[in-house]
Amino acid sequence: MSAWLGRRGLGLLRSRPLSGVVEAVGQTPLLRLEKVAREAPSVEVYAKLEFANPGGSVKDRAASRMMLRALEDGRLSSDKILIDSTSGNTGVAYSLFGAALGVRVALVMPSNVSQARKDIARAFGTEIIFSDPMEGSDGAIHLVRKIVEKDPEKYFYPDQYSNPDNPGAHYHGTGAEILDAVGDRITHFVAGIGTSGTIMGTSRRLREHDRPVRCVAVEPSDSLHGLEGLKHLPSSLVPGIHSAAGYDETMRVETEDGWEMADRLASEEALHVGHSSGANVFAAIQIAKRLHERGEGGCVVTIVCDRGDRYFAPMKWERRYVW
Amino acid sequence: METIVRIPTPLRTLTQGADEVAAVGATVADVIADLESKYPGIKDRLCDEKGVRKFINIFVGDEDIRFLEGLKTELKNGDRISIVPAIAGG
Repeated sequence: MSAWLGRRGLGLLRSRPLSGVVEAVGQTPLLRLEKVAREAPSVEVYAKLEFANPGGSVKDRAASRMMLRALEDGRLSSDKILIDSTSGNTGVAYSLFGAALGVRVALVMPSNVSQARKDIARAFGTEIIFSDPMEGSDGAIHLVRKIVEKDPEKYFYPDQYSNPDNPGAHYHGTGAEILDAVGDRITHFVAGIGTSGTIMGTSRRLREHDRPVRCVAVEPSDSLHGLEGLKHLPSSLVPGIHSAAGYDETMRVETEDGWEMADRLASEEALHVGHSSGANVFAAIQIAKRLHERGEGGCVVTIVCDRGDRYFAPMKWERRYVW
Repeated sequence: METIVRIPTPLRTLTQGADEVAAVGATVADVIADLESKYPGIKDRLCDEKGVRKFINIFVGDEDIRFLEGLKTELKNGDRISIVPAIAGG
């Protein structure tokens, strides 16, 4: 207990007064995972807890930077509607910052997005347009393009899949923060591909570091998967910001392994996280075990994208309930 | 009884690109067996030894079969089955 009370540095940083919710983005905690990584005791495994962002996910970083930069150079103003396609978390982030910055927001998402995320986005006053659940997130991308083409003056379309400010947020934020926290010790960085913003931007920053850092992208092993938020690139529209040269290796994770790790993170590390975070940590631990077996040691950093409660579905009896 | 089954994008490689296919069966399990005979390999993508894979959502009309009778859910004339994938990316 005394060790916890004594660690004031982060406390001071996180308790500073803020003039707006946008300023609360970033500087997320980096947590050592000891229990789920116990089979690789010679390797440090860290998770960057992105659920500590004000919108509850890693997507706050990209959304806030895309919006602030567009407001700065006039692409976005209060007479335009921000519109984009999203599987949920980016939508929550746009909605939150839209309310904070006085920007109207409309989102296109597949209708099977979790109820929690629809409700959160709507709470900020956002309009939601549903696309066909059978077409997945690519269906939402096609639909948003059609809507914007019809009336381009009405909308600001950040296009998170092609906007350089998405990886830029991770270059200036996530990557720099990780180096600040672990410095020269880091040997590996692991992140899943959704838009690929996190892996592209963070890797670019880490590769500028004077010691080599191996950057590993995580993808679902199959096109039909349950790792919500992650993209199976071989069967998807490849994001404009993605380049396979931006990282060193791809690891493919089975849905069941990601789900099981998410459960273990809750019961063993007290981290109740979403399935994409489970997949990230599963991949990070595979790498840690590999390093441990080779006697190389190392320091593996990965991303916890959001909390598990964002995926709660109403139970059978609740679904009949009229609010 | 013939049922229309809506196929999500990732499974259309098995159905020669079709987004809807017809299948026969009195229950969801029968329909999946019929799909397997027409499009070999599809059952494995949907089910494991314990039943429907946890991350696959099968709907009869607007109702998730988890909230009905699972694979034993009986079908009525005109029911439509949808296989809904999880959401990828961004």
